[in-house]
Amino acid sequence: MLEMLDKMLNKNGLVAAFAMVGLVMWASVLLSRKLTFGRVHGSAIAILIGLLLAYWGGVQTGGQHGLADLTQFAGIGLMGGAMLRDFAIVATAFEVQVDEARKAGLIGAISLLLGTVLPFIVGASIAHAMGYRDAVSMTTIGAGAVTYIVGPVTGAAIGASSDVMALSIATGLVKAIIVMVFTPVAARALGLSTPRSAMIFGGLAGTVSGVSAGLAATDRRLVPYGALIATFHTGLGCLLGPSVLFLATKALVG
Amino acid sequence: MIVYGTTLLALCYLAGLLLGEGLGRLIGVGTNVGGVGIAMLLLIAARIYLHRRGALPRETEAGVGYWGAMYIPVVVAMAAQQDVVAALRGGPVALMAALGAVLVCGGCIALLTRTGRDDTSLPESTTEQALS
Repeated sequence: MLEMLDKMLNKNGLVAAFAMVGLVMWASVLLSRKLTFGRVHGSAIAILIGLLLAYWGGVQTGGQHGLADLTQFAGIGLMGGAMLRDFAIVATAFEVQVDEARKAGLIGAISLLLGTVLPFIVGASIAHAMGYRDAVSMTTIGAGAVTYIVGPVTGAAIGASSDVMALSIATGLVKAIIVMVFTPVAARALGLSTPRSAMIFGGLAGTVSGVSAGLAATDRRLVPYGALIATFHTGLGCLLGPSVLFLATKALVG
Repeated sequence: MIVYGTTLLALCYLAGLLLGEGLGRLIGVGTNVGGVGIAMLLLIAARIYLHRRGALPRETEAGVGYWGAMYIPVVVAMAAQQDVVAALRGGPVALMAALGAVLVCGGCIALLTRTGRDDTSLPESTTEQALS
C-alpha cells in the first residue's frame, strides 16, 4: 500500500505538489485564524511551513533543494521552480489599477523608490559586514530585504548560490512578519490614518502580504491604498534588483 | 476562451524575458536584466490597450487571474525547495538585515506622513467593511 502511494507520488510530481501545497495553505489559514487571530497572515505561515519542510528535506537528503530532493516531492521543484514562479509573478501585474495608481501621485512613487533602495542598502551593508563580500551575494541579500520575492528573482537572474537565496528569502520573510505583527502596534507613531499615509506605508514597508495584513489589522479601509503601491513593489524591485542595484553594488565592491 | 488570457500572459512573459536577455547582453552583464519586471510592464500595457478596444472579456482575464492567484502557493513551493540548512548556518544575517530594513523604513514612513499636505480622508466605515 505504502509502496503504491510512493510510486504514484513519484509518477505524478506536479499534481502531487498542487495537492500538497494546497493542504499546507489550508492548514496555514487555519493556524492564522485560530492561533494568531488573523494577525499573522496565512500566506506568511504557509511560507514558514515551506521553509521548515525545506529544512527537514535538507536534513534528510543532505541535498541543496530542500524538500524537492526527496523523489516523492520532486514536483515541488517544478511548481516552485523558476518558470512557474516568474510566470505567476508577471500575472499579478494584471491586478494593478492604473487610474488609481495615478491618483497615488508623486509621494507614492517617492516612497516606492525609497522602499526599494533603502532596504537594499541596509540589507547589502549588513550582508557585507557579516562576511558576504561578493557583489552577487550582497545584491541577493539586499534584494531579499526589499521583499522575499525580489530576493530570489534577483538572485536567480544574477546566479546566486542556493544558500544565499535561502538567506535572502529568510530576510524577506522575517521582514514581512515584523511588518505584519508590529504595524498595528506602531500605527500611531507611523502616522497611519489616511489614504495618503497608507500609500506611503505601502511603498516603504514593501511586501504585499506584510502591507495588506499589517493594514488590515490597523484599519480595514486603509488596505486598498497600501496594497496598490505595494503591488508595484515587486515589479520595481525585480526591475531594479538585477540591473541598476546589482551594477551599483558591483561598481562599489568590484 | 480562457486560454487566450494565459497565452497573452505567456507572450508577455517570453517577450519580457527576451528583452531582459537582450538588455543584459547590451550592457554586458551576461545575465537577464529585469526580464520579469519588463514582462510585467508589457502585461499592464497590453491590458490597457485591449481594455480600450473592448477586446478583453472576463474569460480572458480569468486566464491571467488564475496564475496571479497561484502566486502565493507557487512561492510556498519555492520556499520548500530552498537550501534552508545552509541558510541557517548564515545565522543572524537574515534577522539583522530584516530588522535594519524595517527600522530605517519605519523612520522614513513616520517622517513622510508628517511632512507635506495631506488632503486625503477615509470614508465613514460601513458595517459591511468593518466585518470583512
